[in-house]
Amino acid sequence: MSSRAKSGAVVHATGATGMPRRDFVKALGGGILVLVSLPSTGAAGAAPELQRGYPTDINAYLHIAEDGKVTLFSGKIEMGQGVMTSLTQMAAEDLGVALMSIHIVMGDTAACPFDAGTWGSMTTRFFGPAVRAAAAQARLILTDLAATRLGVARTALSVEDGVVFVTAARTRRVTFGELARGQRITHTVDERAVLRSVREFTVMGRSPQRLDGPEKVTGAAKYTADIRLPGMLYARIIRPPAHGATARRMDTSAAEAMAGVRVVDHDGLKAVLAPDPETAERALRLVRADWDVPAPAFDTESVFDHLVQAAAEGRTTESAGDIEAGRGQSARMLDVTYRHPYVAHAPMEPHVALAEVKDGKATVWASTQAPFSLRPQIARALGFRPEDVRVITPYVGGGFGGKAAGPQAVEAARLALAAGRPVQVAWTRAEEFMYDTFDPAAVVRVVSGMDANGRLTLWDYQVYAAGGRATEVFYDVPNTRVRTYGGTGGEGSSYHLFAVGPWRAPGANTNRFAAEQQIDAMARAAGIDALEFRLRNTKDPRMLSVLRAVGQASGWQPSTAPQRTGRGRGLACGIDAGSYVAEVADVTVDRATGAVKVERVVCAQEMGIVVNPDGAKMQMEGCITMGLGYALAEEVRFEGGRIHDTNFDTYRLPRFSWVPRIETVLVPNDDLAPQGGGEPAIITMGAVVANAIFDATGARMLRLPMTPERVLAEIRRG
Amino acid sequence: MSDSIRFRLNGHPVSLQTDGTRKLLWVLRNDLELTGTKYGCGEGVCGSCTVLVDGRAVHACQADVASVQGKEVVTIEGLARGDRLHPLQQAFQEHGALQCGYCTPGMILGAHALLRANPRPTREQIVQGMEGHLCRCGAHQRIIAAIQTASGQRGGSDE
Repeated sequence: MSSRAKSGAVVHATGATGMPRRDFVKALGGGILVLVSLPSTGAAGAAPELQRGYPTDINAYLHIAEDGKVTLFSGKIEMGQGVMTSLTQMAAEDLGVALMSIHIVMGDTAACPFDAGTWGSMTTRFFGPAVRAAAAQARLILTDLAATRLGVARTALSVEDGVVFVTAARTRRVTFGELARGQRITHTVDERAVLRSVREFTVMGRSPQRLDGPEKVTGAAKYTADIRLPGMLYARIIRPPAHGATARRMDTSAAEAMAGVRVVDHDGLKAVLAPDPETAERALRLVRADWDVPAPAFDTESVFDHLVQAAAEGRTTESAGDIEAGRGQSARMLDVTYRHPYVAHAPMEPHVALAEVKDGKATVWASTQAPFSLRPQIARALGFRPEDVRVITPYVGGGFGGKAAGPQAVEAARLALAAGRPVQVAWTRAEEFMYDTFDPAAVVRVVSGMDANGRLTLWDYQVYAAGGRATEVFYDVPNTRVRTYGGTGGEGSSYHLFAVGPWRAPGANTNRFAAEQQIDAMARAAGIDALEFRLRNTKDPRMLSVLRAVGQASGWQPSTAPQRTGRGRGLACGIDAGSYVAEVADVTVDRATGAVKVERVVCAQEMGIVVNPDGAKMQMEGCITMGLGYALAEEVRFEGGRIHDTNFDTYRLPRFSWVPRIETVLVPNDDLAPQGGGEPAIITMGAVVANAIFDATGARMLRLPMTPERVLAEIRRG
Repeated sequence: MSDSIRFRLNGHPVSLQTDGTRKLLWVLRNDLELTGTKYGCGEGVCGSCTVLVDGRAVHACQADVASVQGKEVVTIEGLARGDRLHPLQQAFQEHGALQCGYCTPGMILGAHALLRANPRPTREQIVQGMEGHLCRCGAHQRIIAAIQTASGQRGGSDE
């Protein structure tokens, strides 16, 4: 079975932690090492403690060993988004080797260059160019060596499949391995290396099967919970029943009396430790504690008023014309408020970490999107230097932003230090729902206006608690103001009662849900078809191209009044991570129960050069399917700091029966470098379903999720 | 509380002295070091821990190890024959019917049980049969296509 590609490889290799770069270079042995500096990936802006041991400007390593083996080192991680494959494709393309001859090492702080984290659909956009530059530079070095060796000019040579040959005489050739032998070349370049053009692509622009596939279909793929160390203990942490609760009294004696069980306390972090997870679970159940739970400040229903009343000061992110003048110019105005609940990431793999602390050094395996950010956090918690902490990232079982935060890694490290043994912390599903950094509950108010001809005249947009992502006004509106009150990161402990954080396209789902329903309502009010209304009100060529593409692919039929037949069609569009997206959804609504079934979603996306078309489509399909969840069902219910949803029985994720027919269209634009693909297609899912429900029923759904009860209530309201 | 438990695991006999009320999931993952079977919810509502017991799909997080006494247990590690992938594994790989891969072992074994009970299921029957399996990455459409391919009802390519 092939297992040539391993995320966070060298799992059982050296005990070395925090290896400085020069040692790492030495450890690689001879051959050719290319280091690429590319300030745009963000390493240059990172805090010094994050970078220690690495030059500030190095983003990619590519090594060609003396036996010709090529290794790509990336601080990115693989969590399903397919970058193990697409990064390897980019390296193979510009180096001139076969895809399968490259081994990639990801997310290991001792082996890989600094990376701030895997999120924001940034891997291909910002890290990709560094990989391509490293590969292209390596090709140049190898070609120069070959020119000397073969006694011809560099221009007389070609590169194919790891072999340099004289173009006019293919038998005069030398392999990369032969060229690398006896060399000890370390070369640093910037991005100026000559990249292959789209027309020259032989590896990029194609859709090889996923490199992580063979390991994942055979069960060989290692996730953090699958790693075992001799003598390791399994922890269950003693948790309060609600956020903000404090223990009045705690008795752990019955747990401690169990054979093999220890109770440890590291500065207030209390846990039971046992040689196996089941004993740890039984021991936890024997812990007796009385908790003081604060009175609930707000709950699932009252949170929205709270968010507006307690909001941080607003920030104007976009402003044009004059809002008051806009009111004067408007023949028709709409003032609507939209609501978005707390939503969980709910990756299938909960947060897990395994920590070993030995001889003043710590090695921590973690399911994380940000191994390099965990390093200083762990170091601080242990009182270690960051360079004495190594974080290794095996395969990650889904992240969606939720594994940007990695408190479980700090917990495992602290417990391992206290216990003097390796410790695994594996959150249960209930802990996952308790300590997830939810997509924040949020409120959007939009006041919009248009003239008698259906031209937009006013766009006064205010968003509370979701931040400003995907609020850019790409419609032509002369009088515009966008104000954001607080971001997705939370505004202090009283604003949110539990942790919030980035959730796939942070804030964009909230913002497009509001903006694209508002536009739909304006079109209806003007008596203009929803597609026509959008085409008339924007001149952005990329938006026009995705709108036309989705109209054509979906077989859009212009209409001005809702069908109200129980069947409906909606449209929504947006911009995210540099990509443009437009979606059409067909739904059926059971008007007796309010139940919504999304039958078909057509998605047109323009993302510049497409590195891996099938990989891009997988992400679009994933976005659409995941988006059904927040559109129709997902809402974390709570009362004060007490979370009511603790598992998938009440917190409902999309299942097979929910999934519509999905059709994806990649709108070509080879004049633009690759843009983000992991998030754009999810941002319009709330709005496109809401607009289709309106078409089916005449009911406007202003609050997510659009549950049967809420849909029924709106239908009955008429 | 020690019971003598014997069963066949991926074609080989296994004999354990352990508490028979322990859940099969932890016995597989910790005692037998087969980590392909995943914990997802611990309550039998996500399908990540699905294994085959006498050919039927069982949630390993809910099944007592004593319940497999004398039975044939197959985990994801037992599906391929050496380097030769099972047709379902092959189809999942070809269709890109996985992303993070965490639900994949349970998906493949769930599909295996489905095809054993109904070798040529309709699309609707696949949807119903796989309803208990969650995939957060949203690979559903490709998983359905992969199961259709493995059942011989469509070619190896995506469309």
